[in-house]
Amino acid sequence: MNDIDYNTALKELLFKMADDQYIYGHRTSEWIGIGPIIEEDIAFGSIAQDKVGHSLNIYQMLHQLGEADAEKLVFTRNENEYKCCHLVELPIGEYDFAIMRHFMFEHAEYIRFEMLTESSYHPLANLAKKYKGEIKYHIFHANTWLKLLAEGNEESKGRMQSALNQVYPMAMGIFEESPYEEILRSEHIFKGEAALKSVWMERTEEFLQSVGLQIPNNKDFSEAMGGRKGYHTEYFGPLLKEIKEVFVTEDPSASW
Amino acid sequence: MYGGGFVDEKERQKDPVVQDDPIKLAAFEARIAAGEKVEPGDWMPADYRRQLIRMIEQHAHSEIIGALPEGTWITRAPSFKRKMAIMAKVQDEIGHAQMLYSACETLGKSREQMLNDLLSGKSKYSNVFNYPAITWADVTVIGFLIDAAAIVNQVLNSKGSYGPYCRALERICYEEAFHLKQGQDAFAALALGTPTQKALVQEALNRWWKPIIHFFGPSDKMSVHSEKLMRWKVKMASNDDMRNQFLSTYVPKIQELGLSIPDPNLCYHEESNSWTFSDPDWDEFFRVINGDGPCNKERLAVRWWAEEHGRWVRNAIINPNERYVVPLA
Repeated sequence: MNDIDYNTALKELLFKMADDQYIYGHRTSEWIGIGPIIEEDIAFGSIAQDKVGHSLNIYQMLHQLGEADAEKLVFTRNENEYKCCHLVELPIGEYDFAIMRHFMFEHAEYIRFEMLTESSYHPLANLAKKYKGEIKYHIFHANTWLKLLAEGNEESKGRMQSALNQVYPMAMGIFEESPYEEILRSEHIFKGEAALKSVWMERTEEFLQSVGLQIPNNKDFSEAMGGRKGYHTEYFGPLLKEIKEVFVTEDPSASW
Repeated sequence: MYGGGFVDEKERQKDPVVQDDPIKLAAFEARIAAGEKVEPGDWMPADYRRQLIRMIEQHAHSEIIGALPEGTWITRAPSFKRKMAIMAKVQDEIGHAQMLYSACETLGKSREQMLNDLLSGKSKYSNVFNYPAITWADVTVIGFLIDAAAIVNQVLNSKGSYGPYCRALERICYEEAFHLKQGQDAFAALALGTPTQKALVQEALNRWWKPIIHFFGPSDKMSVHSEKLMRWKVKMASNDDMRNQFLSTYVPKIQELGLSIPDPNLCYHEESNSWTFSDPDWDEFFRVINGDGPCNKERLAVRWWAEEHGRWVRNAIINPNERYVVPLA
């Protein structure tokens, strides 16, 4: 074990976390203006701002570890350099999908940062303590809506079960393991994806069952995997093009 | 953000004439003249209520429709700073709509009715949002100059006579002051940037100049006299007065940044403290307000999408035992 291994493992973890947050924030912001009720435009607007803000802090941490600055990392990397999971890349879809993805992703985020409060990398541990307090409200929002819709009328119950069937396998991509799990664990940087997944399954299953939804039997998680290695869904290319549209095409030398 | 407080006289002429109790009317007018605020439970003339509903509703619609041209640029904002700012700004606009729909509900029209009237085309919203934001520079022009124009109108209206509307506007103006700063900062960054950026913002300014001149509505000479609405402190200043105030403040700011105003006839007259400008084609203004602008269909189509795709959500959370109650303030 040396510093190079420690930093490589740490950076791999930070990149996927920041990319997840940035891309999820990007997608979530697309609800501003078209939500089912005005209050939801506002709620998703706040959540999107938190996510993009969180990602900025982590990109800045990466910059301190020798990577390019946050702007360059977001606006100039290629598709295969992004390490977000497939779940966050998918288009916004309908509100059933949006709430289910929100529920799955936010619970994973919360548990991840809960674990990271004990990280041996202190800057990350400090950030995790701060994030936890904010993500708590995202969870509150996701749980409230999931319960309302899963226990609403026949249509909404059916829709939420279908959304669960669709999102559940995709959510497994969050926990795709990195080549550095062993170092992360032994150096006490992070308890690892497997540990995260097991807590996540316990918590989400309990909640989903309490609102009358059934976890699907689907064991084929192949389409959810690859994001952490830089392989993405067909939706990611156009998304990235959109992010870069002004920054790159109008005048790459300019500051905006 | 908001429209210019344009009073559509054609719409008003369709209103049924209601004879208000002359004694109550005199007492009402005396209260307003004394600077008192009118509150939801108070007696008010039928025409006062009707005009306020129309105005606040139009204002609220302008906020949610106004979120759309800028909203489409959130995903393309060219830096972290701009992205965070525009997300917060567009979210604020939706929040303004929420406050304004609530203020309007105190007058007896529910949010659902207002949204239905928006979708059917019965209610209007500010014309300016029927123009497209073609480039990032258009977003900066909207964020700087359209917001600035809106602030002129809203600050005046916050001194009006209807309590709930004034209180909502005070909060809105406070937030708008930040919007103006972010708009001006983004606009100036382009004006003082590379030659490409400067050209981009000049072109956007050229595109937006006519809608900006249209913003406060037709010249006072063309408008039907709105003396009663002024006396009731529903309308707080004439269209020309507001436009003059806007031009006096912002024309120098635009020129200071090295950009030119795309109207050779724009001229300030010191003796009357007023501006003259080329004919901005008021026929176009009326065409757009009546549904035939570059983006009317597109804007309403987005609202229809939200309406149709959100319907199952609203149906699922509705409580059949709950009765609608008009809010008190």
